[in-house]
Formats: sequence, structure tokens, C-alpha cells
Amino acid sequence: MKQSGPLLEVRDLSVVFDTRRGPLTAVDRISFDLSPGEILGVVGESGAGKSLTGTAITGLLERPGRIGGGEIRFEGNRIDNLPPEQMRRLRGRRIGAIFQDPLTSLNPLFTVGRQLVETIQTHLDLGREQARQRALELLAEVGIPAPEKRIDHYPHQFSGGMRQRVVIALALCANPKLVIADEPTTALDVSIQAQILAVLKKLCREHGAAVILVTHDMGVIAETADRVAVMYSGRIAEIGPAAQVVKAPRHPYTEGLMGSIPVIGTGADRLTQIEGSMPRLTDIPAGCAFHPRCPCARADCAAVRPEPRPVGDGKVACVLYDGGGI
Amino acid sequence: MLAFIVRRLLQAVLVMLAVALIAFAMFRFVGDPVNSMLPEIATTEDRQALRAQLGLDEPIPTQFAKFIGGAVQGEFGISYRNKRPVSDLIVERLPATLELVFAAALFALLMGVPMGVYTALNRHGFVSNLLQIISLIGISVPTFVTGILLILIFSVWLNWLPSFGRGEVVQLGWWSTGLLTISGLKSLVLPSVMLGLFQVTLIMRLVRAEMLEVLRTDFIRFARARGLTDRAVHFGHALRNTLMPVITIAGLQLGSMIAFAIITETVFQWPGMGLLFIQAVSFADIPVMSAYLVLVALIFVVINMIVDLLYFVVDPRLSVGGDRA
Repeated sequence: MKQSGPLLEVRDLSVVFDTRRGPLTAVDRISFDLSPGEILGVVGESGAGKSLTGTAITGLLERPGRIGGGEIRFEGNRIDNLPPEQMRRLRGRRIGAIFQDPLTSLNPLFTVGRQLVETIQTHLDLGREQARQRALELLAEVGIPAPEKRIDHYPHQFSGGMRQRVVIALALCANPKLVIADEPTTALDVSIQAQILAVLKKLCREHGAAVILVTHDMGVIAETADRVAVMYSGRIAEIGPAAQVVKAPRHPYTEGLMGSIPVIGTGADRLTQIEGSMPRLTDIPAGCAFHPRCPCARADCAAVRPEPRPVGDGKVACVLYDGGGI
Repeated sequence: MLAFIVRRLLQAVLVMLAVALIAFAMFRFVGDPVNSMLPEIATTEDRQALRAQLGLDEPIPTQFAKFIGGAVQGEFGISYRNKRPVSDLIVERLPATLELVFAAALFALLMGVPMGVYTALNRHGFVSNLLQIISLIGISVPTFVTGILLILIFSVWLNWLPSFGRGEVVQLGWWSTGLLTISGLKSLVLPSVMLGLFQVTLIMRLVRAEMLEVLRTDFIRFARARGLTDRAVHFGHALRNTLMPVITIAGLQLGSMIAFAIITETVFQWPGMGLLFIQAVSFADIPVMSAYLVLVALIFVVINMIVDLLYFVVDPRLSVGGDRA
């Protein structure tokens, strides 16, 4: 286990769906790194490939989806081609996951305690009583009041926010080094979202876990993430420190995305919006996938697919930044 | 939950009253039993005497009230054919039918559930497809055909199992059981297979469909994401969630198996209630028929109540109130 290098390295990862009319590429050769303890936000419109990236890392892609190429390294070891049983041992133990809808993430027929104990005992060599003790501690950590009482309750006895706290406890119960949170607050009340994010952030820091936070909510990203990756049509358009991407976006798409966030007090009557919509997987344009909607598009945008180039502290995939002497 | 039970009990009583009314009405519609019970030369006095003895001379509401009163105590009058109390006949025959039906149901569940789980988990495997095809045949072929084929193969050709009857029975109080003797157990095999075969295919297909449905849910994906073993995911989480519909259907089927037992009992000359009923029909033996009707309805109602109560055991959402935090 390398200590110095990145926790997770994704290189040229593609996710492909085999259909009758041939393979569709939903995630197209993306690369990024994640340092231990870092929170990486992944944003983009629906269908940009954000969730699929997370699913591919956990090894839970379901047919007809599959990893079409590239590699994923976790703590220095390749994990994209592990046999299912070894991948299972990694899941939950080293890589935790949190899903979007806490109402459907828990088995309705088992108490939360049973689900926690079961997960703990799968990964850690603990007896029943010790596992239950650990479950109680976790419930207390995620901020569930009276855990001794609540541990024997069924999921339907918890509110949505409380259930998402249980889900976080489940994801963290074996101290994973990486948590993939797929829209963890989207299904919750706005008033609860901030609480859940705070819990997630605090716990991951305490447990030393890095987070890939998939969301389409720029506000969530700005508040939570250290770095941000902006995805468009299965590619990373821009990746960099959160402050830089949010405050000074370089890619025209990111700019458009930021422009569409309402800012109170600026007196603008209309929000800027990006014309058109994201292309379907079946007809992604040649060259830069964004060029038909791009206000800065040039002639060569349709011809060459821009590769991510270092700009500032991050990387941007756009011809505007391609020329600079490289 | 108590309120639920009371409500269900009241509903059950209403259903039973309605069935009793139908059973009682049979007496009116199938003609005057006195005609068939007395010889042609009987005098009007004889007829009146028998009428009074059977209670047929009283006003209809009184007769119905008496019928209900008797039925509650298990009294359905005297069989026209055997001249014996119907309750005695039923008590004699009931154990045979119940043993047959429960053996068949056990067979159906023990075969159907594992096969359903297997075909759901190995959806595209060769064995799964084969089972699917066989089950289609099992659903399409009428039960009496399978019964006759079973007799042909296992009794006539192989001579392994008896083709009719119940074998030796042992009396345990009023309950006569065939489960304690070798010949009784051997006799039970073919009829219960015949009765249960259709249910095997039904339960297999049901479990398969439900299982595939549950395997697609978020909590199964989340269970996998937590790194639980396939075994825990499939049998701990998925199977338990498929049980609700399976219990419902299995319960309803148990009732209909008691009704279908008529065919099986006829094919195998199984001395149960079904055979008694068939004989009663051919003789227009109304007391037996109405008692059978009431009894089968009662069994249905009781099974349905048990099924409803089982929901509470299986699904905590019903019994544990949602006192949300």
C-alpha cells in the first residue's frame, strides 16, 4: 500500500453499454486522481455520466453496462478487473457507497440495527455484541438521538433525513478509505440537506475517508468539495480546486453552469441559460461535445476533441486553452 | 392490530352467514327430499311424519335459524343416503383430505420456492430455461391427466406405489392418520404429487417473478454496495421481501387445493371429503353437500385470516407504528 500517492487513480476510464445497434459510450476516457481524505465534487447535467463513474469504481455496473477501457487504481492496485469476490470484499470495507434515495436504500423488513450489525460482521471480525456496540456508536456519530432505542427500529420509523444518516452510518461502518456519495441530498428537504452534508463531511474527515460527491447542485459543491470535476457528455470538461472552478470557471460550459445559478441581490431579472440540451448518447457530435451549444465555438471545435490541459491549478478540455505554446 | 383482528372476524362471520344462506337454499331448490327418501307407496301421514322429523314443516326463517344453530355446533342433519349424521361422515373423511392437501402443499412449497429462487438467480442458465419450459407444461396439462400418467408409470409399469386408496390408517382419537404406516405413506405419494404439481409450477413462477423484481430495488443494490455476500443478499434480503405475495398466493392456493382435491380423490379413490361430495352429488344428498359447502368456505376464511396475520409477522411496517423522529 503506497502511502504517498493518490488514493484513487482513474485513467482513461470508459463505460460502455452494449445495445443491439452497437456499443454506446456513456463515459468517455476520463481521468482523475483523488488524494486521501479529499472531497471531489462531480457535477454535470443528468446523463453526463457522473453516477456511472461512481458505479464503475464500486464495480456495481449492471449489464448491459460495462467498463469499456482504461483502468482504476485504488491504493496503487488495479481494481477494475478484480474477480467479483475480491471486489465484494473491497466494497463496504475499503470503498463505501451512499445512494440518492434514503427511503429505498434500506431493507424495509429488517431493523437498522440488524442491517448495521450484518454489514459490520461481514467486514470486521467482531462478535455479535461488539458489532452491536459499534453500531450504536455509529448511530450516535451520525447524530441519531437515543441510539439505544432507535437501533431496534425499522427504516419506516425514521424520517428521510434520519434514514440518510443511517445510510451514512452503514457506508462508514468498516472505516472505508473512499466513500462514493451519489446525490446524497437530492431526495431530501432543502432544510435537511445542509445537515446531512455537514454530517457526511465531518464523519469522512474523522474517519479519514475521501469522498466522491456526485451531484448536480453547484451550491452543494461550493460548500463541501475541495476539488470539482465538471462532466459533460461522458467527458470531464474541467477539473480543479472548488474555489477556482466556482469563482473563475475556465471552460465555457462551466461558465454557463455557474451563470445559471441565481444570485440574490444582483438585480438580474433573468438567469443566463445554456441554449439547447446535452446531446443523446447516440449522436454525440465530433470534436468537442459541447461545441454546438458553445458561445465561444470556433471552426476547429467540430474537428478536434480537446484533451484536458493544465490551466491554473486545474485542467480544462477546451481549444481556448489548447494553443498556449503546447 | 386488535382492531384489525376484530374487524376481520366480523367480516368472516358475514361471509359465513352468506355461505350458510346459499347452503340452506339448496334444500329448497333441489326438490323435496322426502320424495326420494320414502318408498313410492308411502302415505301422506308417513310423509308428514318424516317432514316433521326432518323439521321441514316449520316456517323458513325458523328453519334457517335452526340450520345456523346446528351448523355452529357442527350439526348438519342426517345424510339422506347413509341415514347417518353428516357430522360423523365429515369427521371420518376430513383427516384424509387434510393430510392429502397438506402433503401436496408441502411438496409444492419445498419444490417451488427453491426452483423459483434458482431460476431467478441464474436467469439465463440452461437449467433455468429448462425448468421454465417444464413449468409451462406443468401449468397447461390438466391435473387428472398427470394423475393418470403417474398411475401408469409408478403403479402399473414400475409397480412402486399403490394406485388407489389410503393404505393402512391408524386412529388417533377421532383423527385417522395414514402418516404412521408404510403403506399409508406410500399411498400418499402419488395423490399429493398430482395435487401439488400445478402449485409447484405456480409458486416457482411467482417466486421467480417477485425475486427478479426485488433484485432490481435500491436496497438490494445498496446491500451489494455494502459488500454483503451474495448469499446474504439473495437469501437474507431478497427472498424475505418476496415472501409477502408468495404467502398470499400459497394461502389462497391451499384453499383451492382443498376444492381441487375432489378431482385427485376421484382419480385415486382417496376416501376424503371430495369423494364424499361427489357421491353426495350423484345422490342429491343435500345435507352432505351443504355441509361440505359450509366447511370449505370456513376453511377458506380461516386460511385467509391466517394469511393476513402472517403479514404482520413478515412485514414490520404493518405492526410497528411509524413514530418518526
